[in-house]
Amino acid sequence: MDHSFPQKVLEHLFSFIDSNKDRNAISLVSKSWYEIERRSRKKIFIGNCYAVSPTTVIKRFPELRSITLKGKPHFADFNLVPDGWGGYVYTWIEAMAVSVPLLEEIRLKRMVVTDESLELIAKSFKNFKVLVLISCEGFSTDGLEAIASNCRNLKELNLQESEVEDLSGDWLCYFPDSYTSLVSLNISCLNNEVNLSALEALLGRCPNLQTLCLNHAVPLDKLPSLLSQCPQLVELGTGVYSTEEMHPDVLSSLITAFSGCKQLKSLSGFWNVLPSYLPALYPICSRLTSLNLSYAIIQSSDIVKLIGQCPNLLRLWVLDYIEDVGLEAVAASCKDLQELRVFPSDPSCLELNNALTERGLVSVFKGCPKLQSVLYFCRQMSNAALSAIAQIRPNLTRFRLCILEPHTPDYLTLQPLDSGFGAIVEHCKDLQRLSLSGLLTDRVFEYIGTHAKKLEMLSVAFAGDSDLGLHYVLSGCENLRKLEIRDCPFGDEALLANAAKLETMRSLWMSSCSVSYGACKLLGQKMPKLNVEVIDESGPPDSRPDSCPVEKLYIYRSIAGPRLDMPGFVWTMGDDSSRKLELDVAGVEAQFRNL
Amino acid sequence: MNEMTRNERESSEERKLELRLAPPGVENWFNTSNNNKQRAYDYDYDYESKLSLGNFLHFPSNKAIVKGKESSSSQTCCPKSVELQNGDNKVTAVSNTSQKRTAPGPVVGWPPIRSFRKNLATSSNSKPSPPESHTQQHNKVAGKKPIDNFGKGLFVKINMDGVPIGRKVDLNAYDSYQNLSSAVDELFRGLLKAQRDSSSCRGNKEEEKVISGLLDGSGEYTLVYEDNEGDRMLVGDVPWHMFVSTVKRLRVLKSTELSAFTLGTKQDKIPT
Repeated sequence: MDHSFPQKVLEHLFSFIDSNKDRNAISLVSKSWYEIERRSRKKIFIGNCYAVSPTTVIKRFPELRSITLKGKPHFADFNLVPDGWGGYVYTWIEAMAVSVPLLEEIRLKRMVVTDESLELIAKSFKNFKVLVLISCEGFSTDGLEAIASNCRNLKELNLQESEVEDLSGDWLCYFPDSYTSLVSLNISCLNNEVNLSALEALLGRCPNLQTLCLNHAVPLDKLPSLLSQCPQLVELGTGVYSTEEMHPDVLSSLITAFSGCKQLKSLSGFWNVLPSYLPALYPICSRLTSLNLSYAIIQSSDIVKLIGQCPNLLRLWVLDYIEDVGLEAVAASCKDLQELRVFPSDPSCLELNNALTERGLVSVFKGCPKLQSVLYFCRQMSNAALSAIAQIRPNLTRFRLCILEPHTPDYLTLQPLDSGFGAIVEHCKDLQRLSLSGLLTDRVFEYIGTHAKKLEMLSVAFAGDSDLGLHYVLSGCENLRKLEIRDCPFGDEALLANAAKLETMRSLWMSSCSVSYGACKLLGQKMPKLNVEVIDESGPPDSRPDSCPVEKLYIYRSIAGPRLDMPGFVWTMGDDSSRKLELDVAGVEAQFRNL
Repeated sequence: MNEMTRNERESSEERKLELRLAPPGVENWFNTSNNNKQRAYDYDYDYESKLSLGNFLHFPSNKAIVKGKESSSSQTCCPKSVELQNGDNKVTAVSNTSQKRTAPGPVVGWPPIRSFRKNLATSSNSKPSPPESHTQQHNKVAGKKPIDNFGKGLFVKINMDGVPIGRKVDLNAYDSYQNLSSAVDELFRGLLKAQRDSSSCRGNKEEEKVISGLLDGSGEYTLVYEDNEGDRMLVGDVPWHMFVSTVKRLRVLKSTELSAFTLGTKQDKIPT
């Protein structure tokens, strides 16, 4: 029994604690702390929507105001998860509509959201404020109409990278004239035109608007008038950044409009750039902290001219048109840079591109002392470069390297890139996220298992020689939460030997590896706290021998038991056959409901 | 130790069922290299003894054993050809083991970028033009109307009779009905065959049947679509550009079903 502090004092103390990690820790101290914490928790983050049931969450946290849910595995981003896999949010919305009417915020990532779900949100939560749908799908502009019409207190509507069935651009008109509370609007994923006059009117009556990300269908000549309605913007995503013919008056109105935006710090959009319009940005470059040019097909020299005027950049996303020479310019100008992402302009072309190499990457690391998060697509790499990076920048926390052609060795020595990545994990002791590529043997995994003690997420493709590789990682990486693997010769041995480890992780994805159906079944039977799901589009795995490798495997810990909404090509291992028919029916029903 | 003696006494059959909670100890996990090679494909493989429910275990660090593992040629299951990588050699390609079809081509999901980032280079210019001639450049760069996708995929669902699993195709990746038809053939050929095959996963040496005649009614299957007004149409009647801007879903129907399948005004939702 807790005689220390009276409950009210503890409640007050806990109210200052926001971070979920801290609150989770608090809840483990004692029964009374658990109780006090759970009754005061307002925000919950659920990294895997199938790990827990909505009822359990709602029962434990009756004062919930904000929920974040993630659905499909990360590799769904690259089309490795077949359509219909799952991640439906409807059951969550349904449960919360009944029991959490004061819910204010819903943030979803990689989930299937139907118009039905959106309509239910719009009807059920009177004080609804924030809707963030990142990489979601399943809904249309009809659902947005419901949100716009009913959510009088809406502050944020963010549809980043979602797939929306764009039936009509008039959904914006459904925001009533009395609606003025918009703070953040991101519609960059929409394919068709939105009603521009409705948009302009909306911007004009929402004085607190800070973020506006348009879609590519918004013509450039409309941008100045839109901006004039919201000069207080902090973050802007342009529409298309060109016109059929260069118009000097468009340029001058752009210059005026941008100059009027005194708070603008972040720019993105830039679909189809006409370089003659870039000078319109020069007046605001010095204030920019974030610049996303990853859709902009412009030459290195134009990029350099722009970036050269952005000394305060913290975050830069570009295409590989920037070339090594452009990255050297970044290294010279952007001394505060923290995050860099370089995307491939022509990913299917595997020819060596001498303009963007490992040299550009090394130069940015040399010049930018705060650089800690990198995503880099290139065609050649060397152990020497990786070692250099490791020693220059031990504060690296996120390092994702993608050498476009699988199995590419060190181009100088033709050796595997084991030692280079080994140097990275050895020197960068705070590394949280790592993606590997290139020619790699089991050795790199030995290095990772030995050194990468803070690593939380690892992505592996076309690497390793044997189960030892997987074993090193599972047995060595103490903080590993997410592991995703494709096309590696990892099989049953390492998986079964480290079965207990899987309960300490959020999830494991393995596709095109050598894990047999028999091993999956065993794992499913013996590990009740894991859902072991086999994904196989070629038919039921038990129509083949147990020794046959499964196509795809997704294992995650869960206290909700096996899920009931699986499509015909997903099987949960360890289920007894008496439940199978129930599950098949439920799965089919779920599929139809969510069509 | 008692357990060990008991194991020795029990028949191999019972041993297989017994879950071992202790480290492998004497029993060599990787056995001989012979057994190794057969491991993944051994019908009587003893999974249970490999399962560890205790603390994380350490493999015997016998690296020599594991080298020969994947070079097994006796592949009774789904054919895979994984070649060992030798550091001294040049890059060797590994066939995508998840594909049932043997058609070569781009690896699914590689490189790991989102679909809306693909085709950026091909949808406008393949290379940015030099900055001098701006007038020429903008004609090339901004040639397309804003409604067209700038490298964003135009994905539509496509279902095929006899295949329960639907797919999606990116119409922006094609510029003609012919290309689309070939793509549909490639997409479903393997799946259709898999549906037809019975349980065995071995010996898919039989030829996959090419799906042809999708556009002219001459084949076993015909390609139809649902447009933005809900009407069902035969693919190929209107100019390509118009088709792309109105198509909402695609369907590969058995040609014999065509007359039964109501073309024109929508009655019910297209069943999946």
